[in-house]
Amino acid sequence: MGRYVARRLLQMIPVFIGTTLLIFLMVHVLPGDPIKALWGDKAADPAQVAVLRHKFGLDLPLWQQYTNYMADLFQGKFGETFGGRQVSDLMAESFPVTIRLALVAFVIEVVLGITLGVFAGLKAGKAVDTAVLIFTLLVISVPVFVLGYIFQTVFATELGWVTPSVQDSEDFTQLILPGAVLGSLSLAYVARLTRTTISENVRSDYMRTALAKGLPRRRIVGVHLLRNSLIPVVTFLGTDIGALMGGAIVTEGIFNVQGIGQQLYRAVSQGEGTTTVGIVTVLVIVFLFTSLIVDLLYAVLDPRIRYA
Amino acid sequence: MRGAKSAKWVTGAIVVAMAATACGGDKSDSGSGLTDGKVDPNGTLVVQTSEPQNPLQPANAKESQGHRVLKSLWSGLVTYEPGTGKIKNINAESVTSSDAQHWTVKLKPGWKFHNGEPVTAKSYVDSWNWSANTKNNQINSQWFADIEGYDDVHPAKGEGDPKSDKMSGLKVVSDTEFTIALKSKVSYFNYKLGYAVWYPLPDAFFKDPKAYGQKPVGNGPYKFESWDHNDKIVVKRFDGYQGPDKAKNGGITFKNYTTADAAYNDLRSNNLDWIEQIPDTSLTNYKSDLGDRAITNEYSAIQDVAFAFYTDQWKSINPKVLTGLSMAIDRDTITKTTLHGSRVPATSFVAKGVIGYQANSCGEACTFNAEKAKQYIKDGGGVPGNKISIQYNADQPHKTWVDAVCNSIRKSTGIECVGDSKPNFKADLDQREKKQVKSMYRSGWVLDYPVNANFLRDLYGSKADGNQGGYENKEFDELAAKADQANTLDETVKLYQEAEKTLAKKLPVIPLWYYATNAGQSTKVYGKMPYGQDGDPILTDVQVKQK
Repeated sequence: MGRYVARRLLQMIPVFIGTTLLIFLMVHVLPGDPIKALWGDKAADPAQVAVLRHKFGLDLPLWQQYTNYMADLFQGKFGETFGGRQVSDLMAESFPVTIRLALVAFVIEVVLGITLGVFAGLKAGKAVDTAVLIFTLLVISVPVFVLGYIFQTVFATELGWVTPSVQDSEDFTQLILPGAVLGSLSLAYVARLTRTTISENVRSDYMRTALAKGLPRRRIVGVHLLRNSLIPVVTFLGTDIGALMGGAIVTEGIFNVQGIGQQLYRAVSQGEGTTTVGIVTVLVIVFLFTSLIVDLLYAVLDPRIRYA
Repeated sequence: MRGAKSAKWVTGAIVVAMAATACGGDKSDSGSGLTDGKVDPNGTLVVQTSEPQNPLQPANAKESQGHRVLKSLWSGLVTYEPGTGKIKNINAESVTSSDAQHWTVKLKPGWKFHNGEPVTAKSYVDSWNWSANTKNNQINSQWFADIEGYDDVHPAKGEGDPKSDKMSGLKVVSDTEFTIALKSKVSYFNYKLGYAVWYPLPDAFFKDPKAYGQKPVGNGPYKFESWDHNDKIVVKRFDGYQGPDKAKNGGITFKNYTTADAAYNDLRSNNLDWIEQIPDTSLTNYKSDLGDRAITNEYSAIQDVAFAFYTDQWKSINPKVLTGLSMAIDRDTITKTTLHGSRVPATSFVAKGVIGYQANSCGEACTFNAEKAKQYIKDGGGVPGNKISIQYNADQPHKTWVDAVCNSIRKSTGIECVGDSKPNFKADLDQREKKQVKSMYRSGWVLDYPVNANFLRDLYGSKADGNQGGYENKEFDELAAKADQANTLDETVKLYQEAEKTLAKKLPVIPLWYYATNAGQSTKVYGKMPYGQDGDPILTDVQVKQK
């Protein structure tokens, strides 16, 4: 187990360097000069442009910019935005917002998704199952922004239950609506995944044995069936955490949540290399660690899986 | 950032109150409630902004959002009289010059910064010297280029570090008086002084400019309270304010919205009191949604399509063809239908509300006439290639009107016209600067200061920075040079008006329309929000209803 984790951690290094290099290069091949664009429609001042380019190291060759950036990164420095703020400050403001939103979405999709999936799976082919399948199909086929605007119009503008946009991102009740929108697609997938594995496993031998032993139904479903059926769901949820953390640019935009997605969008559109690479770096790390944790969870869920 | 990115870029700082004249066409009937109830002098407002790009330092806001906050925290030497565009003193007792080159500024005594420091001549001189210095990385540092000694603090590209940290043209005479020596005559120099870059700074600022950029201390009608990055900036009325434009409300919260749709929804549910621009998706219905709380307001900005004169297509073109193309565009219909009345057809090269604006200087070239357009193009030898394209950036809502203009040209003249879309503004700018535009490109100008020279000299002079199309017009250059040498504002303005007329003979651009904002206010605002000529509301004059 320990060796496995160590090996996985070592594997992260090339992945980490590769992705940051790729993002770095991609930001720099975007057309246009981000410094000149700071002047908007007006003519930029060549003298000030030159000074600013020098300040941000944009006058150096690309390989040198990358090595400088990585050198700073290993000292924990994420660099500065064009506006002169520390990228680390920026992330410290935005990540908590995104984490809170992701958490709400995650809880909604896990609780509702698995519950729906279990009910549908146990009653495969019955009316409940069909209803869940139709509902999830509907959710999957409606684009997120359509759902977002519908929810906003119905619950905020018409019914007035909540404010149309999130006024205070530390208030979890305000995050329920955007969280529900954000988690809806994954909710549908979780429900369908759970349903399939449950309906398969319900016919398996160990289930018959458990039933024959006279175990209470709650224990059969809750422990024996669910634990064995959750592996594909956990895999999906693991990668989904990364996706949720990456911020949901569309959902955040609709509900005016100032999370990491908005920051990333702004940084990319302004060609702000430091911020873009910084945020993506953190996201890459989040992805790598969640996938490691998911892999380790397999062993917990299914004792037959062992890591040497 | 979609909505916010499409917000206008404003360099202009001009607060010409157009309260009575410009605000919307709708009459407020008594039942509608705009002026129902009483005014609460301490009521606060929530207005839309996006996160300022830079620290809140006077010369560091190029975009209208940061600028909006600066304007609330500071008061400059002068501002502009409602309607006329004439200047009015605020912190200045007088700004005078006998030769248009040497200026004397006298300050009103007794003014204080929010931290208690007195506002003196030194506060201005120090601020300008600091802002002009390339080392301090102020986006608007080039605004000080008129002043003698500017090159010492702001050396041209490739000429090394600044030699000095003071401009020789600025001299403090006493606590309330200083003099400005310019490199050459600029008869409208005092008209430039309304912009944010000229605000004063307290002594304390220079000890830690970075920290003061996060917690600014100004001398204006509001004082800074807090800045929650990416969320909101809060300012409160400054009760020690000495100026004539005291705040009529208790304070303002500038709230960051990344999309116009989110802001609009918040406005409708009264969580937001003012939205800067109605989202495109709601332009058709916002008047019925908001009733007389809908705001339509013209401001001094113009949209054109410019010719890239360095291309083979336009290099040696007969000016008649250019006029013909301009005549082929049905501006009235496009502004009314495609743009939902959010623009006003242009008849000149200078926008309305600017000193020296003359209607119809563009003449018949800006009047739609398909028959004549065809004739002119034929007489002029036709458009080389019989095909034109209009370059624009796709990250702002330009596609619809570019297509409409192209349709209009195609229908009237049979010339093939297509939009040439670039993914974002940076890419669009890049093509223009490298002189790689294939045929024509979208261009526009928002006023910097309300004098016609700003719309002419800086755009169409053959050596001007803003002249990216490579337009050359000898007659214009000569008149502009003469105008720049004039001793009085009137003379300058007149000569520029003559220069403007020469543009109609060979169009540098096709003027399309003047801008109007389509904005909205909440039910908490008392009366209609008054607007300045830069397309922003005059926040100090906004009143809030009692709850």
